Amino acid sequence: MLVLSRLELAYGGIQAVKGIDIVVDQGELVCLVGANGAGKTTTLKGICGLLPVKAGTIVYRGENVTGSPAFRLVRQGLALVPEGRGVFGGLTIEENLAMGAYIRTDRAGVAADVERVYALFPRLKERRRQTAGTLSGGEQQMLAMGRAIMSRPKLLLLDEPSMGLAPLMVQKVFETIIAVAREGVTILLVEQNARLALEVSHRGYVMESGEITLAGEARALLHDPKVRAAYLGEAA
Amino acid sequence: MDTFLQQIINGLTLGSVYAIVALGYTMVYGIIQLINFAHGEVVMIGAMVAYSTIVALSGGTGLPPALVLASGVAAAIPVCMAVGYALERVAYRPLRHAPRLAPLITAIGLSIILQHLALIVWSRNPLPYPQIIATVTYQITATAGGATITNVQIAIIGGSLATMALLLFLVYRTKLGIAMRAVAQNQQVAGLMGIDINRVISLTFVIGAGLAAIAGVMVGSYYGIAHYQMGFILGLKAFSAAVLGGIGNLGGAMLGGLLLGIIEALGAGYVGDLTNLCNLSGWSTALAQRCAVDSNLTLFGSNYQDVFAFLVLIAVLVFRPSGLLGERVSDRA
Ligand SMILES: Nc1ncnc2c1ncn2[C@@H]1O[C@H](COP(=O)(O)OP(=O)(O)OP(=O)(O)O)[C@@H](O)[C@H]1O
Ligand SMILES: [Mg+2]
Repeated sequence: MLVLSRLELAYGGIQAVKGIDIVVDQGELVCLVGANGAGKTTTLKGICGLLPVKAGTIVYRGENVTGSPAFRLVRQGLALVPEGRGVFGGLTIEENLAMGAYIRTDRAGVAADVERVYALFPRLKERRRQTAGTLSGGEQQMLAMGRAIMSRPKLLLLDEPSMGLAPLMVQKVFETIIAVAREGVTILLVEQNARLALEVSHRGYVMESGEITLAGEARALLHDPKVRAAYLGEAA
Repeated sequence: MDTFLQQIINGLTLGSVYAIVALGYTMVYGIIQLINFAHGEVVMIGAMVAYSTIVALSGGTGLPPALVLASGVAAAIPVCMAVGYALERVAYRPLRHAPRLAPLITAIGLSIILQHLALIVWSRNPLPYPQIIATVTYQITATAGGATITNVQIAIIGGSLATMALLLFLVYRTKLGIAMRAVAQNQQVAGLMGIDINRVISLTFVIGAGLAAIAGVMVGSYYGIAHYQMGFILGLKAFSAAVLGGIGNLGGAMLGGLLLGIIEALGAGYVGDLTNLCNLSGWSTALAQRCAVDSNLTLFGSNYQDVFAFLVLIAVLVFRPSGLLGERVSDRA
């Protein structure tokens, strides 16, 4: 589904991602964990075409898409829920969802999917004519995920969906991730909450200052002493 | 004569033209924070193209006048849209990430270029708009000699209101309109929705230029004249109107345009009386004697009309930079 080879990304002269290899197979839920500033967000931006690729390649569904702009990749079934949610604060919830379905022309299907999102997040339905800027952080996260679902993605990239949320909300968000994955959507999940992320994922990658330092089965990583020490807050 | 009512009517007419020109400024500003100072020239091109079309068609073709006028509008709109598209594509897009001063200076350069192109094509002379539809004046006050309104004024006010309603529908009820607002708020995230940002920005210029074309025909018909420099002051006034309403805000541009038109008309109607030195006769016997001979000693006449737009602009910038309906800049997502 997605193959990153020797991918390098930089901000001006600052190298943020230093030649990483990541593979996500069809139907997998893969997580990418790491400390602040490790380069996780940068990696996702690179995949989506929001940052120019310095070196290396991105192959998506068998096609080399290195350097493709974001709006083209979305049309090929790739969706990103950005860090900090990125909802359109001045647009209503309905309008935000409509933008999620911007690339679609099947009106009936879109209408059905709006109802599906509302069923998943009833709070959004209650407030559908309210501007998204008036929603709480958790509600905005729901909206951002709902909006991504609206594009019927084949590969969904999530950047710290649990950031800044209360425990109950975090649980809701992860339940949604699992539900979406069950429907056959391939997911690459970036999280600081390494324990939760590894618990729900099939496989995981650990990133440290721009490099992948560990990779493997999520369960194995959960029991890896280095991971436990560095990311799960336990003594080695 | 009922000066007040009359000036309100004149002001509404002028103001509705300002409003649709101001919408062009405000839409472009809203989406890419650029002040397209060449927008006034697009209005002028619209007036010129319609002029040529009307002149060509009214010379013995036997077409009904309304159709001739409609053809003028129909010709002006696509030409202006093409100009608007070209401005963005050729001049502004390459500068989108440049420091703000660069596109601003470019805009001024473009407006000079457009003026001179028009000078080459249409000459430096004021062109008399053919009076193809006879002006009809309607009395609207009970007493004779009161306020009047003409069919041209009615058409301008009605036409602008219809145009504005159409625009609001486009922006608030269609997918393209939602996409325009999404791009205005966050280009990067809009791209993540699959929105082709460049296309949406192009369309914004094109729509604004279409509005400018309509305004150009209105101004030409109202004043009965088109001139290659007519876009300059008109553009500055419409820009002032957009700032008055709150730049970037559609409702603000409409309100600002109408208000500015009214302020200007009232100003023109009363400035003579207000600045008449004879008002001060009580203070000086010399003045009283002078005024007994001729009671008209005005300092500023109605030809100072243009000043009001800029007084308003300055006042807004000093006292309420965000404009009447504008949000504070920091509120923008
Ligand atoms: N716009 C930018 N310009 C310059 N440097 C940047 C920019 N964005 C990020 N960086 C740098 O790139 C590195 C990786 O940042 P990135 O945002 O990818 O980290 P992250 O793993 O997502 O961290 P976090 O968990 O805090 O979100 C950091 O050192 C950061 O300072
Ligand atoms: Mg991050």
